[in-house]
Amino acid sequence: MNAGPVLDIRDLSVAYRTPGGDVKAVSNVSLALQPGEIVGLVGESGSGKSTLAYGACRLLRAPAVITGGSVRYQGRRTSGPADILQMGQEDLRKLRWREIAIVFQSAMNALNPVLNVRDQILDGIHAHLRISRAEAEAKVESLLDLVGIPRSRLRAYPHELSGGMRQRIMIAMALAADPEIVIMDEPTTALDVVVQRDILGQILELKEGLGFAILFITHDLSLLLELADRIAVMYAGQLMELGTSAEIQHEPAHPYTTGLLNSFPSLHGPRRELAGIPGTPPDLRRPPPGCPFLPRCTFGTDACKEVDMQLVHVETSPDLAHVTACPFVLPGGEPAGPAATRKQAADTPALREGSSA
Amino acid sequence: MYFLLRRLGFYAVAAWVALTINFFLPRAMPGNAVQSIMSKFPNLQPSAYHALEAMLGVGHPGSLWHQYVAYLGDVFTLNFGTDLAQYPAKVSTLLGQTIPWTLTLVGTATVIAFFVGTGLGIVAGWRHGGGLDRVLPGLMFFQAVPYFFLALILIELLAARAHIFPLGQGYDGGLIPGWNSAFIGSAIYHSILPAFTIVITTTAGWMLQMRNVMITTVGEDYVVAAQAKGLSSRRVVYTYAARNALLPQLQGFGLALGFVVSGAIVMEIVFSYPGIGLLLVGAVTSNDYPLMQAIFLVITFAVLLANLFVDFIIVAFDPRARTRGAA
Amino acid sequence: MTAAPQIVVDPAALADEPQVRKLGQWSRLPVKAKAGAILLGLFVLAGVIGPMVAPYSPDYQSTNPALALHAPDGQFLLGTTQSGQDVLSQLLTGIRMTLELALLVGVIATVLSVVVGVTSAFLGGLRDEAMSLISNVFLVIPQLPLLILLLGYLPQKGQTATILVLSLLGWAWGARVIRAQTLAIRSRDFVAAARETGESTWRIIAVEIVPNQVSLIAASFVNTVLYAIGTSVALAFLGLADLSSWSLGTMLYWSQSAQALQLGAWWWFVPPGLAVALMGTGLVLLNTGIDEFGNPRLRDAARAVRIGGRRQYPADPTPVWQPGAQPRSGLGRLVHSFSRASLADHGTAAGGRTS
Repeated sequence: MNAGPVLDIRDLSVAYRTPGGDVKAVSNVSLALQPGEIVGLVGESGSGKSTLAYGACRLLRAPAVITGGSVRYQGRRTSGPADILQMGQEDLRKLRWREIAIVFQSAMNALNPVLNVRDQILDGIHAHLRISRAEAEAKVESLLDLVGIPRSRLRAYPHELSGGMRQRIMIAMALAADPEIVIMDEPTTALDVVVQRDILGQILELKEGLGFAILFITHDLSLLLELADRIAVMYAGQLMELGTSAEIQHEPAHPYTTGLLNSFPSLHGPRRELAGIPGTPPDLRRPPPGCPFLPRCTFGTDACKEVDMQLVHVETSPDLAHVTACPFVLPGGEPAGPAATRKQAADTPALREGSSA
Repeated sequence: MYFLLRRLGFYAVAAWVALTINFFLPRAMPGNAVQSIMSKFPNLQPSAYHALEAMLGVGHPGSLWHQYVAYLGDVFTLNFGTDLAQYPAKVSTLLGQTIPWTLTLVGTATVIAFFVGTGLGIVAGWRHGGGLDRVLPGLMFFQAVPYFFLALILIELLAARAHIFPLGQGYDGGLIPGWNSAFIGSAIYHSILPAFTIVITTTAGWMLQMRNVMITTVGEDYVVAAQAKGLSSRRVVYTYAARNALLPQLQGFGLALGFVVSGAIVMEIVFSYPGIGLLLVGAVTSNDYPLMQAIFLVITFAVLLANLFVDFIIVAFDPRARTRGAA
Repeated sequence: MTAAPQIVVDPAALADEPQVRKLGQWSRLPVKAKAGAILLGLFVLAGVIGPMVAPYSPDYQSTNPALALHAPDGQFLLGTTQSGQDVLSQLLTGIRMTLELALLVGVIATVLSVVVGVTSAFLGGLRDEAMSLISNVFLVIPQLPLLILLLGYLPQKGQTATILVLSLLGWAWGARVIRAQTLAIRSRDFVAAARETGESTWRIIAVEIVPNQVSLIAASFVNTVLYAIGTSVALAFLGLADLSSWSLGTMLYWSQSAQALQLGAWWWFVPPGLAVALMGTGLVLLNTGIDEFGNPRLRDAARAVRIGGRRQYPADPTPVWQPGAQPRSGLGRLVHSFSRASLADHGTAAGGRTS
């Protein structure tokens, strides 16, 4: 069993090349995914979270370009780390689905309208596993059982199924080749709350049983607080904060995270005033110097324009892996100490091993 | 199946409209048509005059409704009356002689053009921005050039000057039509140039259309998902992209059938090909109304049938159409 | 012309695009549209000033028999016809006539299709069904045979008759597309909002709905003009037009019946045909340009994307472009350790199974 992260994104930058200039959708993001871990990626629309995930798999189409960084993958079946950004087409094809699978946001759009459920799942199986037809069919049926879809729906077409069922099919399909990592791109956003709950529960069960890691992308932080082991907060294409869900929830070390937390009501605890985050994200064609959140930040000062956006360890946290991009504000809103006492967490080996969560 | 029944009903309505137009047109004509026709064909028997009068609604026999019903009855028994110009040949005989020619030539050429154009369109759409896109303006030119213009130039170059192909006609004049190899060989030889011109001019249109549909389809989420699944390029292109792009393309084919017929008519004029189009234009120039009407009906019904056939194919290919009710 | 009607812009794709742009944004139109417009502009110019600058009147017949079927020279820039008429003058007159006819048909048919399409979508219910049925019937009945039949019955087959008859059959396609688009727009929120604030239906149609369909209406108009040119030329060629008038189609008819090509007098046959082809090409270019303008996917496709000098296709994985970066050795291979793969793992084949 290999030690070390199954997916190691380092300094990844992705831009969209337009006639009007490069849109820097993702800038220098580093994120590591440990085997069997659930990492949540949260941010508002346009924050670059989907671009990060798809870019790491090189699924983005022109005019997207990866302008820097590396994405190393090492799973149980591989004998050493491989940089996805350097892979040839055939290796990428083998990597896809077998190692990294994706559950897309809108199942209605991500399922082929002219193929039935069985054929679409079989596609994923046959492309990667050399097994007999009978075994493949048996596997499809067991996958459907796994996600709670009656076998009678095997030959159904996507338009004949309800939204919740379609999403489950997507999950079943993603698990068809026994992947190491499943990237879930807002899998429950289009569903109503009850179905959402159901599916999330199912996802957790499956993960416990099969042992894959999950990169869960969503704009709904409240979801992640319950589901994820660690949470990464993105804004304007950059990482703002990274920590365990408990740390994020109780000791948010970035004003943006605090803003997000204050944006949804909780069922428990005293009533508090619901606040949003006024303002809009910056234009990524001309990213402002320093911290992109400055215009909307209640703690912002001129010094923020010179921040180098490196992730640094949160002073008050015992966990070395709890990092933030804001060197000025501590959890609770206290101002932080002088920069000289900070440790650069980016190179800490502890971060590689993962937190104790 | 509900979808197909609805389509069938629609075609029935369209057929009825065509029949009714056919019935009322001669009656709505300005001037005294009967006199002008009679003066053109002085050799007709009195019975023919009567039939003509009945057809044009001049004179007496019964009320309008009565005539209409009689007319419908005639059509359904394939009784189109006797021809004027080639009296006393029956219209249905003339139709029977010409339809097979048109059907085989135009049918084959159109199918070939559709397949070739669609195939090229798939490639051009999948690899858009690539080499195949350079020929796009040329294709547009071919789509815009009048069919007969290109045909006549090709005839002049390849037939009249270079003598590679015959100048026209359906077969060598000296042969007698029959199921013998000499005749069939001659027929095939005479059909190559006309078929070739049809294919050249229409392939461009199919290709442009399919390319556009493919480009839109390739941008769909399920194609990206197919790539994310690590499927082979071939499978992504054919089973995910092309199969979905084929549906609007087939619908376009159905709608274009009327234009295919137009092309066929013009082609037969240019090549003096003994098909139904040549017969129609000849009928018009000689004011042979019974023949004109009959040909119009036959062509219309053929197109409606072909449309129904395309609908069947669409239902076979699109699972959504089977449950959808709307046309 | 046997051109199948172009699949006009997909209404569903258009419904998401904000359409209310001023059309005066010339620079934003794709290259194809500009090329088409310029090509057409040339012909329109020829049509407008042509007959005025034509050296001869088109039916001027010189009495000198030696000038019949004369090859192009200084006196007759495009040669002469069988009766000694100047081909160039005829051509210029013909361009004007054909354009006039086509534009008129285009305007009439487009107006009809907008009226029918929008009304039908707004009325809904049985009236909508009835109107849709009518336009579908007109679409499915083959056009040329019906036109031949109609013109065959009319005693005089003049310009007016042709215009009427073509307009009668040419509105159906546009009506169908516009109806689909209107339905899509109508269900959108801003129309509901306008309704809530009490805007009258007419105002809604005029201010909210129609301006958002400009691209579609323009494409429909261009399509109709294309159809009108092609069909009128084909009809004239078949002899079903006013043969004493000078349109491009009648030129082709006369040159063909005089066997111009066979006699080697290509200057009589080729110019009118080429004129029709080029006008048609201009229209198709314009149409494609409008399509691209309205459909962002086509627009992106038209612009080939080059990254690092290599053209990118949709099938390609996201390119990695790091100028000056050194390739890191050994980290680009995905090696599966087969010996470690257990039976429960089903085994991974190097090639996978492609179906």
